[in-house]
Amino acid sequence: MKHTLVALLRDQPGVLNRSVSLFRRRGFNIESLTVGHTETAGISRMTLVIDGDTTSVEQVIKQLYKLIDVLKVSDVTQDPNVTRDLLLVKVYAPPAKRSELMQLADIFGAKIVDVVPDAMMIELSGSPEQLDRFVDLIRPFGIREMVRTGCVAMTRGASTISGPYQSQEFRAA
Amino acid sequence: MKTLTGAQMMCEALIAEGVDVMFGYPGGAIMPFYHALPEYPQLRHILVRHEQAAGHAAEGYARTSGKVGVCVATSGPGATNLVTAIADAMMDSIPIVAITGQVVTSLIGKDGFQETDVTGITQPITKHNYLVTDVRDLPRVFKEAFHIARTGRPGPVLIDIAKDTQNARGVFEYPETIDLPGYKPNYDGNRRQIKEAASLLNQAKKPLIMAGHGILLGHASVELREFAEKTGIPVITTLLGISCIPEDHPLSLGMPGMHGWVHVNRAIQECDVLFTIGARFDDRVTGKLDSFARNAKIIHVDIDPAEVGKNVVTAVPIVGDAKRVLENLTEIVNPNDHSEWVNHIREVQATRSKRQRDPESGMFTPHHVYAEFTRILQGEFRVCTDVGQHQMWAAQLIEYMKPHTHITSGGLGTMGFALPAAMGVQVACPNEEVWAIAGDGGFQMNLQELATVVQESLPLKICIINNGYLGMVRQWQELFHERRYSATPMWSPDFIKLADAYGIPGVRVERAEDVAEAIHQARATNGPFLIEFVVEREVNVYPMVAPGASISDMFEDPSEVEIEDVVAVK
Repeated sequence: MKHTLVALLRDQPGVLNRSVSLFRRRGFNIESLTVGHTETAGISRMTLVIDGDTTSVEQVIKQLYKLIDVLKVSDVTQDPNVTRDLLLVKVYAPPAKRSELMQLADIFGAKIVDVVPDAMMIELSGSPEQLDRFVDLIRPFGIREMVRTGCVAMTRGASTISGPYQSQEFRAA
Repeated sequence: MKTLTGAQMMCEALIAEGVDVMFGYPGGAIMPFYHALPEYPQLRHILVRHEQAAGHAAEGYARTSGKVGVCVATSGPGATNLVTAIADAMMDSIPIVAITGQVVTSLIGKDGFQETDVTGITQPITKHNYLVTDVRDLPRVFKEAFHIARTGRPGPVLIDIAKDTQNARGVFEYPETIDLPGYKPNYDGNRRQIKEAASLLNQAKKPLIMAGHGILLGHASVELREFAEKTGIPVITTLLGISCIPEDHPLSLGMPGMHGWVHVNRAIQECDVLFTIGARFDDRVTGKLDSFARNAKIIHVDIDPAEVGKNVVTAVPIVGDAKRVLENLTEIVNPNDHSEWVNHIREVQATRSKRQRDPESGMFTPHHVYAEFTRILQGEFRVCTDVGQHQMWAAQLIEYMKPHTHITSGGLGTMGFALPAAMGVQVACPNEEVWAIAGDGGFQMNLQELATVVQESLPLKICIINNGYLGMVRQWQELFHERRYSATPMWSPDFIKLADAYGIPGVRVERAEDVAEAIHQARATNGPFLIEFVVEREVNVYPMVAPGASISDMFEDPSEVEIEDVVAVK
């Protein structure tokens, strides 16, 4: 089963490197990893998707906690949450195929972000499964280039993961 | 306001952290620090002959004194030479701070002369590390580094400091507080879990305590003994746990694992509750995991949450400091007596002898040397061992009475450890008798340190168990590799002449009847002394569990080895 973990990291040199090196060293299988800024300056947020069948999720959490600059790690898999992946895909699209592609994009709520005579770039954000389905549908048209960002996740409701770390000192930085 | 150079700040910080000695080796990128050092005569610097030895000496110092050991090296090769010792400290949870010089900031990343990405290299083998390129960060970094090294599960911390940062000037204000929101070790075990452990122990019919290095690191020897005595539960000690309980204590049973005693491994297999504290279920202890302690519910106390549940399934996990958890547990657990169970284990023990038959060659076995050690030294010594057969025999055969008297490289198994580590031990305990025991192989990995021993007037007693082989590898070749002695027969120089070249007196012992005399002679000598024991060449360490086999399947003679046991050689 896939697990989605969210980790808060202090913005210190090497903190991402430390995390990644930890996964490699301990043989953890990481399916996707994204890092970005948060509402608090000085704190980054990492979202990890792990295959829980081949990797002990508990060990990933505990080993991450051992890194001095890791503030918090949370397994949000079981919590109601919003998980989003972003897709950019360049599809072979001669004029005869354009309208069909545009219809498919429309159904999925995707955006056409670039069109040239025989190609089209489509942008779609959604759950990873949604993206998988869309990619399967447009594959017959001929995918020329594709990139996905990996998942970011946030739990639903008013409570936050970063609560205790939104202190003044981090805002000041 | 008074300003200092970065190098002066480093010295001031070391003093503020209570450091009075460090082991190091100068070089280009660390020269500003060495320039400042003479201004601080309270900081003793011991010049080693190879940076690896500085690391091990810092470890030896830390392993004995409980204080943070400090080693210093220059950038590039100086720093990379520290790597083995840092990895060793990481595996055995030893608090050391390694200080390395780095090329000037403008050259970092440009492959400058003697530049190495030391923080990158040591990332997986340090508890934490720092690269400092701004002199204003120095005081905070030192404060944090020592705090991280000595608290929680101790470990090595490396500080890499650019040369221009050492030369830069700034205001020195040593911080009083530490702001590390992501680092909060848990010392007090969960109350409910401790209660659950107590009730499990109260009901147990055949309980067993497995005490590890955490007892020594957490200075909990007294608490362990009180706990064992109140509950009547016998204690087994892992390789690094040795000396945490006096070995002549009626409840002390000895060492488990690959070269542990048959009665100890059998006790693990028969016990119904295994109370493990400050140990991490290393593969050398557990053997084949799924047949380890099959009848036992396991209570695991460790300060590192990641160790709990890592290797074995735990009935009661407790994350906390050994001393505090034992105090709390002893308070609430019922007094008990398990003498029937202890006697049962002792009966198994009584059927085995620690003595080895005298070889027909007329030479003597290492066992004879260790027996004489125990008889003559009467527990008044500290022993530093290297890695291999002599190390296992020293763990099995010498009796240790006081905490921190058995110092060895456990997790990493670093050959060449004994001599430099013993220097650190001797520096920490200048008035005690310190023995470095090594094989002929391991001794030659760091023998250059004889010069340091002489220059620093360390009265170390050095003992080489010479069997002319890399003995442990030869033993495995004999047992598991068709006796193909590939690259294990080893020629050695005349160790006595070698010692003499360094001005160290020594004696070679080739007959059993001279063993005791040599030990007496070493003890009577004011200053360092070296003994070479030329022992029977092909003696094996027994009992033994084949790698990957169950600890139920111990053999005490090569004819008992079943090749099926050895399939999963790890």
